[in-house]
Amino acid sequence: MQAIPPVKAILKAEMVDKTFPLPAGGEQTVLERVTVHLSEGEVVALLGRSGSGKSTLLRILAGLIEPSGGRVLMHGQPLRGPNQGVAMVFQSFALLPWLTVQENAELGLFARGLDRQEAAAEATLALSMVGLEGFEGAYPRELSGGMRQRVGFARAFVMKPDVLMMDEPFSALDVLTAENLRGEISDLWERGKFPAKSILVVTHNIEEAVLLADRVVVLGANPGAIRGEVKVDLPRPRHTKNPRFVQLVDYIYTVMTNPQAPVTGLPEKAAADRRFPMLPHSRVGGVSGLLEIVNDRGGREDLPQLAESLRLEVDDLLPAVDAAALLGFAEVSQGDVVILPAGTEFAKANVHRSHQIFKEQLLHNVPFMSTVVEALRQKHDGRIGKEFLLDILDEHFSASEAERQFQTMVEWGRYAQLFEYDADEERLYAVETEEPQAAE
Amino acid sequence: MVLENWRKSLTYKPAGGLRPGLGLADVAVGLGILTLLYGAARVGAESLVRFNPPEQVPAISLSPWALPNYAARSTLRMFVALACSTLFTFIYGYAAARSRRAEKVLVPLLDILQSVPVLGFLSVTVTAFIALFRGSLLGLEAASIFAIFTAQAWNMTFSFYQSLRSVPQELDEMATLYRLSRWERFTRLELPAAAIGLLWNAMMSFGGGWFFLAASEAISVLNRQYTLPGLGSYVAAAVDARNLPALGWAILTMVALIVLIDQFFWKPLVTVADRYKLELSAGQPRRFWLVDLWRSARLPRYLGALAHPPLAWIDRRLSHLTAAPARPAPRKKPSELADRVYNASLLIAVAGLMVAAARFVLSGVGLHEVGHAALLGLITCARVILLIAAATVVWTPVGVAIGFSPRLASISQPVVQVLASFPANFLFPFATMGFIRLGLSLNWGSMFLMALGSQWYLLFNVIGGAQSIPNDLREMSASFGLRRAREWRVLIGPGIFGAWVTGAITASGGAWNASIVSEMVSWGNTTLTATGLGSYIAQATSRGDWPRIVLGVGMMSIFVVGINRMLWRRLYDLAETKYRLG
Repeated sequence: MQAIPPVKAILKAEMVDKTFPLPAGGEQTVLERVTVHLSEGEVVALLGRSGSGKSTLLRILAGLIEPSGGRVLMHGQPLRGPNQGVAMVFQSFALLPWLTVQENAELGLFARGLDRQEAAAEATLALSMVGLEGFEGAYPRELSGGMRQRVGFARAFVMKPDVLMMDEPFSALDVLTAENLRGEISDLWERGKFPAKSILVVTHNIEEAVLLADRVVVLGANPGAIRGEVKVDLPRPRHTKNPRFVQLVDYIYTVMTNPQAPVTGLPEKAAADRRFPMLPHSRVGGVSGLLEIVNDRGGREDLPQLAESLRLEVDDLLPAVDAAALLGFAEVSQGDVVILPAGTEFAKANVHRSHQIFKEQLLHNVPFMSTVVEALRQKHDGRIGKEFLLDILDEHFSASEAERQFQTMVEWGRYAQLFEYDADEERLYAVETEEPQAAE
Repeated sequence: MVLENWRKSLTYKPAGGLRPGLGLADVAVGLGILTLLYGAARVGAESLVRFNPPEQVPAISLSPWALPNYAARSTLRMFVALACSTLFTFIYGYAAARSRRAEKVLVPLLDILQSVPVLGFLSVTVTAFIALFRGSLLGLEAASIFAIFTAQAWNMTFSFYQSLRSVPQELDEMATLYRLSRWERFTRLELPAAAIGLLWNAMMSFGGGWFFLAASEAISVLNRQYTLPGLGSYVAAAVDARNLPALGWAILTMVALIVLIDQFFWKPLVTVADRYKLELSAGQPRRFWLVDLWRSARLPRYLGALAHPPLAWIDRRLSHLTAAPARPAPRKKPSELADRVYNASLLIAVAGLMVAAARFVLSGVGLHEVGHAALLGLITCARVILLIAAATVVWTPVGVAIGFSPRLASISQPVVQVLASFPANFLFPFATMGFIRLGLSLNWGSMFLMALGSQWYLLFNVIGGAQSIPNDLREMSASFGLRRAREWRVLIGPGIFGAWVTGAITASGGAWNASIVSEMVSWGNTTLTATGLGSYIAQATSRGDWPRIVLGVGMMSIFVVGINRMLWRRLYDLAETKYRLG
């Protein structure tokens, strides 16, 4: 006897790959062997950092993009063209500014063959669900950001979709508005009045994922692949202060800040090429600032708390945290940043000394930097063109990523006084003084 | 004001219900509409009903009282051309944006059409249209409208095509996912998104069209003088008769016409189109007295309510006819073989056309003549370059001064706009007279004539560029006490560079076109001629010397396209990458 799944899967991706051709030839893999499903009555969050291809995956499931490999099944049927059981809420709202709120909400109904009275009645109903009664005749530009996104929700509700997809639906809103609207949406869902059978939400906000979802699917970056999923077994309505909630959020932070860590029992992925660790795109100032703050607060600080006290999203902090970890200044454990001895020294050092420390850590932890410095030393004219380095980086990163890697490398290398860079000639120069003076 | 807006924002009701009775505004709107309809019908009938064999040239009366009628006829031509351009824009732009294969042909073709001196084709089109409408004035009418069309259509089409290509991705995905029909997609998404760009381009092109109107109403082709009653032919007749007062009246009429059309046509449209802005930021809505009058009148609303049911029905029908398929056919991978065949046949067709043109020219005039035309091209090219340089030296400081001072800008911008729309060829007679008095050779004088029309593009682009330099950068430069020369080098120069390039591209395009009418001018029966490719084409045209026409126009196109590719595009790229603000 085969086990019968308790609930029916509505939408399913099987071994989906997605590659985009690169301008320089070859292709970039955005998604690799992604298998994911969505069942009736559940909320699934796709969580990942930028570059994890989560939005691409969402668009493949919506039938807006065709996968390069694998297939998508809707109600067991292979998907062809735009998915008709799906309505989407967009990050930028995607409202037509020249149509009224009512006209925007009705937009999808004519394709369903409803006449004008029916469409108007449906739209009015949906608008009242999101608290926009009385605003039917307004234009989007007269509304605040939160109200605009409400129109986006109404337009999706009107369709009574099998799957409601949300692509970072609250990230264009300010913190309070986002929290408010998120609360209302989950409220609707909890009261069982939700006009959709299931929800698939893409987000980079961990708290949001844990608040909304029954399952959080964690995606890794470069290429985007499923690292695993975390079941959120919390009763609804959920409260952010609940210890179990905090524990889950902390756990996911830990996973997200350690790209190599397994997510709930998945086999560890093969280690990336260690000579080319991906440099997080953080300025040196960002790293030193972070270290100084953590050092001031006793050398250990909870990431979400740190973000909140700085009025930042955790996402904004991650590049600096990653950079500090890569350079051996700090480590991340259980959602906390813990400063290491080198980090303490760096945070306390004077300007001269800090350049020195940064240089040591950089050469020690990023082997490619030593390679570049060695190459500069061996070239008799002491200079290397940008193109040359980009060629090397291109083999490990996409073209745009290689460019960003290069920029970060230049920023760090300049700070460490390993080399100079002439942006007009696009060349790296060896620094004149061979032996930098030690701090007095 | 703020309070007023806030209060309004609390009551989001569609514009209030219909109050009974009509007001003063309705009388004004009603009278306005009736006058317009009557005028259009009368003027239209004149050009359509009166059949004249082309040998019998319609006489032009130089009485100032004849001017309103001439002005109306010219205006009607302009608007017919505008309607044609708009229709062309929709079809061509849509095809180019929607079909990958069509795009491959249509976009480069448009690029070339944009750079080709259309005035050189006047002879071709006039003969063709006269043959088409044998024995009727309609042929000339069509030729003139076509000339204006060629001045308007390309810019508008490019703008429309680019707007279609740059519809924000999420809006496009929304339209796909919510299964908007083709018709809904066009009317709800694409057309509104393109509206503002299209409108500004149409306005600019319309201004440029007056030049072509003036040039095309009175033209001698194949040794024969063709005259079409209108403002342009009035000016030509006044020049023949050396009648200065008549010229003065014509210029006054022209200015009045430009201002009237701006007030009654463009301004209202721009005001209404304000709602088609893509960004959602609120800002102060545009207002204009005519639009306020229209909105406060009830007549339009009554008419609107009457027209609404049938229009809605048509909207639904069209929507049904173009509905998105329930299950779309599987997207076919574009076949590489078919693509190759398509590319190859394109290449063969282009090569064939070029060979045919070359053979036609060479068999008519020989290789020596080609060299001669190239030499003349270099001379005209030198004029264009000198002109741009001179206009830059003169107008950049002026433009920057205007752009930096909001007060100066608000005063001078309408003036500059009128100047840019004003057909420079109306002023040629005065300049010609001056050249004759001073004994100045047209070899130098023609440069001045070319500048008359084209320099304004440079000026108002520089004004715009200066306005877009962020205030804090200027404050920075003031606080560091940068000296004038240094400020120009590090801030103003780089800051306006992009705008200057855009202006210079337009100005040089205009100058090449203008060279055809600027290098050969007359006052009464004195004709001045400059050495250059423009006068070469003008002479070949009036003689009906086909191989030379083709050679001249072809040579000019090569020059224009070549300079665009080699110089302007590179400068443009530089402006886009290195000197971009923000």
